[in-house]
Amino acid sequence: MNPPAPIARAFVIWLAILILAGGAWAAEPQFPALTGRVVDQAGILSAATRERLTEMLAAHEKASGEQVVIATLASLQGLPIEDFGYRLGRAWGIGEKGKNTGALLIIAPKDREVRIEVGYGLEGRLTDAISRAIIERDIVPAFRRGDFDRGVVAGTKALLGALGGEPGAAAPLSRSQGQGQEPEDNPFSGLFLLAFILIVVFGMFRGRNRSWIGPMAGGIWSSGGRSSGDGGFGGFSGGGGSFGGGGASGRW
Amino acid sequence: MLLQAQRLIVAACVLLGLSGCGAINRIPTLDEQVKAAWSQVLNQYQRRADLIPNLVETVKGYARHEQETLTAVIEARAKATQMVIPANILTDPEAFRRFQENQAGLTGALSRLLAVAERYPDLKANQNFLSLQSQLEGTENRISVARRDYIEAVQAYNTELRTIPGRWIAAIFYSDAKVKETFTIPQTSQEAPKVKF
Repeated sequence: MNPPAPIARAFVIWLAILILAGGAWAAEPQFPALTGRVVDQAGILSAATRERLTEMLAAHEKASGEQVVIATLASLQGLPIEDFGYRLGRAWGIGEKGKNTGALLIIAPKDREVRIEVGYGLEGRLTDAISRAIIERDIVPAFRRGDFDRGVVAGTKALLGALGGEPGAAAPLSRSQGQGQEPEDNPFSGLFLLAFILIVVFGMFRGRNRSWIGPMAGGIWSSGGRSSGDGGFGGFSGGGGSFGGGGASGRW
Repeated sequence: MLLQAQRLIVAACVLLGLSGCGAINRIPTLDEQVKAAWSQVLNQYQRRADLIPNLVETVKGYARHEQETLTAVIEARAKATQMVIPANILTDPEAFRRFQENQAGLTGALSRLLAVAERYPDLKANQNFLSLQSQLEGTENRISVARRDYIEAVQAYNTELRTIPGRWIAAIFYSDAKVKETFTIPQTSQEAPKVKF
């Protein structure tokens, strides 16, 4: 027999937990907008270099369907670069959806760290060992001299060279644009939910002797799947690819 | 009698009301996501185990005096790979804890081996060793990503099971759904191989 008072109390507690959990959720780092194939948030590249890199990367995507993006970051926001890297790749959705054929070259000049983040689908060609070799051989020496332009261009060339091992192998030009995602919860679901709660609570009041109170934590409709491929004006956007931590990092 | 009728009515209302917005499929959907995340975790741990024999062979050639460290790695690997993983490991706290401990043991032994390797300049210059080292680092990183994805998937699933209305939906439609285990022992990958350039 559940008298109404504990039910009401549990409901209030549950609501409070909901609200608290909602607030605590915003721990995701702030990612720069995907404004193009070269996102120079740290402002370390010259305009000519950015243009040249963009051309190289666009040509590669045209030939292979693989997306490579260069990102310089103003800050890692306290995260290890490995951590920031795969999340950034996922948030931008670089690479073809389902095939995960994307890679990122990430440079954090303030932290003096660089990383090549490799999507699942490219790990076979751009292996950890090759990524590290590119960082050590092509990128870091130039960075040590303060020549970011040269380091990034050389690194990008080497990276694309490593990917070019299988030129044009099944190169689909059309990228699925993050279609087929779960539709966002529609406004009616709230109504249904309310009706459902009323119905079930009504049922409980009729004297069922079951323990049902005790919501533990979190929101009801948790994590509907982050929308990928956002940002992206100027004719470029991520294809919805994912990342699993492949690649290598280096410091200078 | 009355209870059963009530249950039926509730079930019918729920079906009508919630199948429309997909809430009723949420538990199985989240369950599948947990399974997918878990197989990724197993994959990456397996990948690490596969790299070890080669690494041990390479180190052996240069660091003969480190027999103890090498043996520790071999034993920890054997322990981790020989563990029979029960089908219900995700809902079996004891088995899950053993799995975690075995893998954490291997992580520890490996990081000690890589620390020892720092003392042998010839080894550090060996191309094969360098390649293995970067693969191991990459794999440790993949493991921590896979673990994090798994933790998130389990969190979503467990939350759904324990909160309303998922709790009621589970009670009515998925009575076999159980709260799943998640990682509690740190991977200690933070001290695991980190190269300095």
